[in-house]
Amino acid sequence: MAKTSVSSPKNVERAEYFAPGHRACQGCAEALAVRLVLKALGKDTIVGMATGCMEIISSPLPLTSWRVPWIHNAFENPAAVISGCEAGMKVMMRKGKLPEKKINFVGMGGDGATADIGFGPLSGALERGHDMIYICYDNEAYMNTGIQRSSSTPYGASTTTSPAGKKSIGQHTQKKNMVEIAAAHGIPYVATACPSFPFDLLEKVKKASETPGPAYIHILSVCPTGWRIQPADAIKYGRLAVNSCVFPLYEVVGGKHRLTYKPSEKKLIPVSEYLSGQGRFRHLTDKDIEQIQAATTLRYERLLKLSEEG
Amino acid sequence: MGKVRKGVEVSIAIADAVAQANVDVIAAYPITPQTHIVEHLSEIVADGELDAEFVPVDSEHSAMSVCCGSAAVGARTFTSTSSQGLALMSEIFFIAAAMRLPMVMALANRSLSSPLSIWNDHSDVMMVRDAGWICVFVENGQETYDNIFCGYRMSEDPNVMLPVAVNLDGFILTHMIEPVEYEDDALIRQYLPEFRMKNALHPDNPVSMGCFGMPEIYTETQMNREVGVKNSYPHIIKAWDEWGKLTGRHYRPIETYRADDAEYCIVTMGSYGETAMEVVDALRAEGEKVGVVKIRLWRPFPLDEFRKTVLGKKHLIVVDRAITFGGQGGPVATELRSALYKKDGAPTIVNYVAGLAGRDVSRKDFRNIILEGKKKAESGDTEGFTLYGLRG
Amino acid sequence: MAKPMDQITWQELEIGAVVVEIGNSTQYETGSWRSERPVVDKEKCIKCMFCWLYCPEGCIHEAEEGHFEADLTYCKGCGICAAECPAKCITMISEEK
Repeated sequence: MAKTSVSSPKNVERAEYFAPGHRACQGCAEALAVRLVLKALGKDTIVGMATGCMEIISSPLPLTSWRVPWIHNAFENPAAVISGCEAGMKVMMRKGKLPEKKINFVGMGGDGATADIGFGPLSGALERGHDMIYICYDNEAYMNTGIQRSSSTPYGASTTTSPAGKKSIGQHTQKKNMVEIAAAHGIPYVATACPSFPFDLLEKVKKASETPGPAYIHILSVCPTGWRIQPADAIKYGRLAVNSCVFPLYEVVGGKHRLTYKPSEKKLIPVSEYLSGQGRFRHLTDKDIEQIQAATTLRYERLLKLSEEG
Repeated sequence: MGKVRKGVEVSIAIADAVAQANVDVIAAYPITPQTHIVEHLSEIVADGELDAEFVPVDSEHSAMSVCCGSAAVGARTFTSTSSQGLALMSEIFFIAAAMRLPMVMALANRSLSSPLSIWNDHSDVMMVRDAGWICVFVENGQETYDNIFCGYRMSEDPNVMLPVAVNLDGFILTHMIEPVEYEDDALIRQYLPEFRMKNALHPDNPVSMGCFGMPEIYTETQMNREVGVKNSYPHIIKAWDEWGKLTGRHYRPIETYRADDAEYCIVTMGSYGETAMEVVDALRAEGEKVGVVKIRLWRPFPLDEFRKTVLGKKHLIVVDRAITFGGQGGPVATELRSALYKKDGAPTIVNYVAGLAGRDVSRKDFRNIILEGKKKAESGDTEGFTLYGLRG
Repeated sequence: MAKPMDQITWQELEIGAVVVEIGNSTQYETGSWRSERPVVDKEKCIKCMFCWLYCPEGCIHEAEEGHFEADLTYCKGCGICAAECPAKCITMISEEK
């Protein structure tokens, strides 16, 4: 298990780069994730953001919650836009038009922007090898437009365009594995994170910032509104997702997989504990849950093996 | 490089102009007939002749997105596309102008699918009429080369801050070897100041670009934009005037050939203009009092110059290179009819659409269009348009 | 200080509608959203700062003697701080009281 360099809130950056007054729902763990990410990156950061929850709640003209330079251009293209910022800045510094300075170029998008509509532009940016970070804030549906399914919605979840019904279990496909897809591009750093494990998240963002070349971080962003849970439980459910191995915390560094957190025997829980209490899964039968447990166990075991090899 | 006159493929001349302009970022996706432009640019960068980032993007949509990011940090940015590429990037094309991000695009005009066609017409640029870009049309290699520089001068002017599309007819210009006078590097440096962008993205001066607009404020953002476009007009003219002073080659929003004493005129946009001039010479020798009116600045449309040029003329024969399906004919004719609505002395307008998908419009064809068009105008047959050269 | 959205004239907008006043969302007081607010029992508080760390609004700040409390101008009453406090010293009480 990795020893994080920051393990107490007291050592976390105090400055707030994501100002209050933003219009995220009560208990939005995605807003918390953004807040924490910016603490790890610091003020020398330029953010390119996709249309989506975070963009809308943080930028209603004439107000902005951003205390770092920020650009929203369209839905599917933050990876491309921020790669343009990186390219432009790189050249201008090289030509002496601007003084040299280490700047973090960070593309941010939700699961819809990343796994669906922005899949092509993301792949292109990663392939081109820009010195940038792309962060996917995964709340597992198109939440901003009313909880419609994305390819990142997990099997069995009920959304407004994959509703559970007499003839449907809800989402009938498996969650697209963006983490492995990013890793398949051969980029130097890929990681999963969750604000319920804040020090692990901060450490990974810092690592991504210090790794030259493209980095991809996939952050599970618990959405009380869309997942139909109490706002106060947002952090709890992130923990349950990780401890049930539904969302394992790991890195792929130079192509090598490494779990950064393995739930101990005491902490490990069955997926049923994670699924229960979430309105979007309430229609699932015991048999459905068994199926999900089997798939989760298989996936985790594969990851364990990859993590141990080499 | 010193001042030198050479025979060069126009695509190559564009790439050389981009290098002379000391562009920082080039982001483009290959599409016929623009390919030679970006190929030569990537060679120039690979050989170190231009210090720039050549970003080989995954699609035209990403090309325009990268350009927006690059312009947002204040880098001098170039791209090029045609037809389907323009269509794919159109979402961001509109956004680039709305966000007031300066850049220059060489738009090698090509027809839109379907059917697929790699050949020239203006349907691609007409699709984005309302996007808010500055649109310049060129007729030959020299004009193309010159307007890359004028494009940057206009675009990056703090009183303008609008992206510029230099429209050149695909294949007809891109793949033609033409005599082009390259200007001296020192002259270019004198003409093009370094790009300094107010509010460029930088940690030393954080700003938020692209905040969203509620109904309570959106209208005001549009007026701000509209006034911005109007106020940019004199600076567009100034950019051309300065170039004219330095090189002796003057560009104007409306240019004419033998139109001052003409009774009626043919109106062209793009490379047609050259052929039209030759035909007008021949017709003049036969006693026809005809001239050519050439639209160089399509957007923002030069309303006053156009009216001043044509009011009092009997007829205008407008030759479009695109159709507005379900509309009143070609886009240019529609625009000009609107520009002359209820004006005293407004000429009759007859609309021809010709040369779609690069079909050759010869001197003979122009002659037919002019003489037939005149007859139509005189007989009051001015509705809709005539698709010239149609079989069937 | 930005004018309210529905009072801004078109002349007052920056070119490209860029917002230059960073973090001015603080003008929007989200505290009016809540129906419960957090109350800290300072006797039990161990000043661990986890409430500050987990607040999605970033509105928990250091008060006197190193305790941390929510800025009620922005606190939406989500209850995360109360749920996550290791010392269980935060209670959510109804705004009606």
